[in-house]
Amino acid sequence: MNLPFRPSPNGSELGCTDQQTLKQRGQHEVFCGLTSIVWLHRKIENAFFLVVGSRTCAHLIQSAAGVMIFAEPRFGTAIIDERDLAGLADIDDELDSVVGRLLERRPDIELLFLVGSCPSEVIKLDLKRAAQRLSKLHMPRVRVLNYSGSGIETTFTQGEDACLSALAAEAQPEAQNASEHLIVVGALADIVEDQFRRLFSEMGIQNVTFLPAKKANAPLIIGPKTKYLLAQPFLGDTARVLEDRGAKRITAPFPLGAEGTTAWLKAAAQSFGVSEEKFASVTAAGHRRALIAMDAHRDALQGKRIFFFPDSQLEVPLARFVSEELGMRLVEVGTPYLHRAHLSEDLARLPSGTLLSEGQDVERQLDRCRAEDPDLVVCGLGLANPLEAEGMTTKWSIELVFTPIQGYDQAGDLARLFSRPLDRRTRLGGLLCN
Amino acid sequence: MQLTVWTYEGPPHVGAMRIATAMKGLHYVLHAPQGDTYADLLFTMIERRNARPPVTYTTFQARDLGGDTAEIFKTSCFDAYERFMPEAMIVGASCTAELIQDDPGGLAKALALPIPVIPLELPSYQKKENWGAAETFYRIVRELARGDGDRAARNPKSCNILGPTALGFRHRDDVLEIKRLLRALGITVNVVAPLDARPSDIARLGEAAFNVVLYPEIAEPAARYLAKTLGQPMTTIVPIGVNATRDFIREVAELAGVNPDEVLNDRQSRLPWYSASVDSTYLTGKRVFIFGDATHALAAARIAKQELGFDVVGLGTFSREFARPMREAASALGLEALITDDYLDVEKAIIDAQPELILGTQMERHIAKRLGLPCAVISAPVHVQDFPARHSPQMGFEGANVIFDTWVHPLMMGLEEHLLSMFRNDHEFHDRAAPSHLGQAPRAAEPETVQAAPSEKAPVITGWAADAEKELNKIPFFVRGKARRNTERYAAERGVPLITIETLYDAKAHFSR
Repeated sequence: MNLPFRPSPNGSELGCTDQQTLKQRGQHEVFCGLTSIVWLHRKIENAFFLVVGSRTCAHLIQSAAGVMIFAEPRFGTAIIDERDLAGLADIDDELDSVVGRLLERRPDIELLFLVGSCPSEVIKLDLKRAAQRLSKLHMPRVRVLNYSGSGIETTFTQGEDACLSALAAEAQPEAQNASEHLIVVGALADIVEDQFRRLFSEMGIQNVTFLPAKKANAPLIIGPKTKYLLAQPFLGDTARVLEDRGAKRITAPFPLGAEGTTAWLKAAAQSFGVSEEKFASVTAAGHRRALIAMDAHRDALQGKRIFFFPDSQLEVPLARFVSEELGMRLVEVGTPYLHRAHLSEDLARLPSGTLLSEGQDVERQLDRCRAEDPDLVVCGLGLANPLEAEGMTTKWSIELVFTPIQGYDQAGDLARLFSRPLDRRTRLGGLLCN
Repeated sequence: MQLTVWTYEGPPHVGAMRIATAMKGLHYVLHAPQGDTYADLLFTMIERRNARPPVTYTTFQARDLGGDTAEIFKTSCFDAYERFMPEAMIVGASCTAELIQDDPGGLAKALALPIPVIPLELPSYQKKENWGAAETFYRIVRELARGDGDRAARNPKSCNILGPTALGFRHRDDVLEIKRLLRALGITVNVVAPLDARPSDIARLGEAAFNVVLYPEIAEPAARYLAKTLGQPMTTIVPIGVNATRDFIREVAELAGVNPDEVLNDRQSRLPWYSASVDSTYLTGKRVFIFGDATHALAAARIAKQELGFDVVGLGTFSREFARPMREAASALGLEALITDDYLDVEKAIIDAQPELILGTQMERHIAKRLGLPCAVISAPVHVQDFPARHSPQMGFEGANVIFDTWVHPLMMGLEEHLLSMFRNDHEFHDRAAPSHLGQAPRAAEPETVQAAPSEKAPVITGWAADAEKELNKIPFFVRGKARRNTERYAAERGVPLITIETLYDAKAHFSR
């Protein structure tokens, strides 16, 4: 595949599409897919996420979410106990009764997800059948769907992929006389969603839906007239469901920073026949604001060496952003799973020869990281403080998932997430030594 | 199957991690799927540990299940040995690995590593975190503690301190405090374990004359084993509070054969005087609700009653293993113990008990916030705030000082309460202005009146006459809820259909007896 030959900000060649990735098998220091419930339950207003799993599952989600701040969050765990495993209790009856009690206490719930876990997968608990059974029981008040967020099948953000696949699979077909419409796929913060909606509307693209919608029972229509634009890079299964129903993907890099956002919007604009002039007039102000906001951080980040541990699958688009738009140098870009097709546009904009690693052997990756001694390490919460104590500067990656980072008006915030740890270390000077 | 929206305790392998992380030179190989590594962040973020927990996870995936997960375990185990060179290893399974039955203990044994490898059986579908910690510590002690020493050669004035772990509620500071106390008594500390102990230290536990058990939830099984096999007696009093600390001093002095008088007479704690001073008069009979792990909840009940003069109106624990002593303690206070791990039950019990102060875990702190009640945290599960930068023990005399401040500061000071009632019509002290120390926005309504639950025995519906309602509003807002409740209860019990000014003052006279 021949790629356009462009000089990068660092003077090296661009293009990482054909790059071999480093694959190692060992300890994966990553969250499982259940963790994505933390943002999904805030995003989809009238949905409840019921994990069918163990005490570990319950402990994981509350630890990852720090959920004690919520009165009664819209997620919980049906904890399997030894009576269920020994067959002393009928596990279907037990689940039905848990769901019954839950729905009784939460009359506001209109959509219930039964979320599979490692234990439920290993004991082959059929949650699809359970969802159908419970749907029959509780419709029309509550629709019951299922997906798996188990660690043996999903990593962190893949939980969202599984959840959105379940929603997409339930979509209604298009009417015969349907016109072309756009679906933006991937959970975005409400503020970002509203910004994009305004931009599309100003361009004249009116028929836009977001998946997931804020209201769980908002209609979702998918068919051959559907064009979809991925807002998140971890949605391989959801894309497959959409394409099985005839939807076509608009190829684009992900909407991070000024250039990423412009390219993402432009791909949609071109696909919907928006004129160059119109596009330019709609996006110019946002693009300019993004550049101004990022400018404050460029000096701190330009030329700094950055190392990404695998976490959210956002690593490749983030690496594209920091290297192309902020002039950072990429030491290693680790990602749990590399979806080459969905990331093609971002990969093409990475400096050629960038070390990409997929999967993880955390011990050996730490060895590489220490040997390279980068200026900034992007890693999970389990590694951040230990690496700081070793003298490295870190950015914990989960904040890149929980913070609104997409779009023009978040470009400065995103740059700030990378510059702040460096700023902090400078301010503290030699405090930690001696 | 149990519906859980929040859990007080993690799974038992997290308890094992608390032991492994507390110790040095010990490594834990955990057969577990991808995702279980979340537990690392409990230690690196909540406790701000500057090193990763010494745990290797096999992180097997679905595609491995058809293949050889046992092989993955053996590779991980061997690699962990080579990389970390521990003095000893513990091996086990998390909930998912328990289901696939790979037998980590047998697999690790087959590797024939030149160090002790201790297999753990932690049934994830029955047991919880504290049990897992206790079982792990017991297994380690059983495997490593040597019993071949000369009992007669033991220094009678020496002991071990057992129980403190990683991620424990103030364990770090309690150990310092108890060491100081023991030093003052002339007793030497042979080994503290598991916190900061090496496997080689566990081996020499038998050199001490007796064991100090700080946290029975964690150390009791190991201490019982040591009592049985090595003939080491163990302490039974947890030194939280002034009276308990005094009893503890007497107990260890007896075990070590030393004179406790000097240490007992040394007025190190300010709690007794602070509690007796006139400003504390307003603490008298404050209604307090207590919930936490058994050790801290039991200690809190004793302090509340004997040392601060509170009324304990609710007492409970999530530690089912300690349901019996908890029931006994509650019954002595004329209460029924609340034994549950469902925080919604706890919330309901709190609302029913209508306390003026809640002593609980971080979860009860949030319940208190919602109900607009003052609260102090007395127990795990821990939060980043439970690892303060300053020395902040719960045990010993300094611990009692810390407890006095922690419990009393959320309440209104005596003089402050008096001034508030004097100036209650002042525009800055009006009813809707929240007490400044609660740090809240002005409340829209008084939670006390919202909670005024109708008495279940109410034979008739009682209402308030307008002038009685007006009179009620003259009562300072922080006692008004209590006055309203008492009056309504009085009226309901007597079948008074309409509460008048007369009823209000009749009730006041009735309840002030």
